[in-house]
Amino acid sequence: MAEPVLLDSRQMASFVARGFLRFDAVVPDTINQAFLDALGRVDAANIAHMRAYYGRIMGSDAIPVVNAGTPMDAAYPDESPLRALLDLPVVRGAVESLVGRRAIFDHHFLHIAFPPAFYEAQGIRQVAQHNHQDSTIDPRSAFDIQLMYYPHDVTADMGGTRFLPGSHLRIVSEAAIARYQNIRGQQHVVCPAGTLLVLHHGIWHGAGINRSDRLRYMFKIRLQPGERQRRLWNTADLPPADTPQRPIFWTGPGQNEDGIAAILTRPEPWHEADTGRLEYLNRIRLWRHLLDDPAFDADYWLTRVENEPV
Amino acid sequence: MAFRQQVMVLYLATSALDTAVVGWSFYDGTGATDRMAGDEATPPYATGLDALKDGWRLFQASPLLPHGSGDEFRLGYLKYEFFFEKLVQTDG
Repeated sequence: MAEPVLLDSRQMASFVARGFLRFDAVVPDTINQAFLDALGRVDAANIAHMRAYYGRIMGSDAIPVVNAGTPMDAAYPDESPLRALLDLPVVRGAVESLVGRRAIFDHHFLHIAFPPAFYEAQGIRQVAQHNHQDSTIDPRSAFDIQLMYYPHDVTADMGGTRFLPGSHLRIVSEAAIARYQNIRGQQHVVCPAGTLLVLHHGIWHGAGINRSDRLRYMFKIRLQPGERQRRLWNTADLPPADTPQRPIFWTGPGQNEDGIAAILTRPEPWHEADTGRLEYLNRIRLWRHLLDDPAFDADYWLTRVENEPV
Repeated sequence: MAFRQQVMVLYLATSALDTAVVGWSFYDGTGATDRMAGDEATPPYATGLDALKDGWRLFQASPLLPHGSGDEFRLGYLKYEFFFEKLVQTDG
């Protein structure tokens, strides 16, 4: 197996700040086609009922039934398209960087967005999935990741996954955020075949509405860390721990906007004026956790509120 | 002749009504429109005040709550939530 391509520090910092990484067309078409072939490539016109279609796939061996808690490396048979996907150097590198070499399989699911004709035939309102955070309230410093795999091109009318960058550190209770229909900065996945989205478990998201005449597939795998998430990525580009703080507010020209501090303190369009600053504090805390360096700071946000001389 | 309620929820950048909209929702009791998650990229109004100027009636605003000791940095739901309504005359 080829060596994994680990994430670099800027990618990791971006994940900490925004809660996702996107790899367009990273899965080769041979794997995409093999995955779709295993599903059976049923023409949308030949499907009578959505539930029946799910039942047919679940009853096949296209996607294995895997116990929660299984080591990731034992979750999929050798030679299967999903095993091949996880063995891609870029995918394995991202997984190892985020949740380590002993990642634990939590669950997986094939999400299918059906075209309008299915809803019309059954007299059901076709509606985009409400915004939600997966699982339940989860206040850990450790985090799980969710791989979202798009095996075919996703066009805008197919209603690709909607998600809100930077929402992952908010502690909410699953569908309690369903009231929020639109939030500035929300993204809709439109992507080429073989695209992989790697999400922090806390990202607010929902499936879009499929207005095309084709089925849209998204396969999700949730993985847990099997070890302490400490410097698991390629840290060769990390600045030295004694790197001085940069100027803040009155910065002058030439401020480095590509460094770790800049990435961790970059606002999202939906940030509220005051809690946007708390987002920075929470990102810095997560970065400290990953670095295992309780003294790390970016733009003095934590140093300021921790300074209590005795 | 009857009245139906249209509800618009705006999420603002601060507790002031004249600050920017960062999130929004719309529920139409007339049934004329069918709104849902992710259906709009641009807010209907730049600020909450702009909604008032367009005839929306504010009927609820989220309170400002003190920050519990030890919980000052925990973030959850959008903080500045404002409920507006319009009553629309219908034939129903």
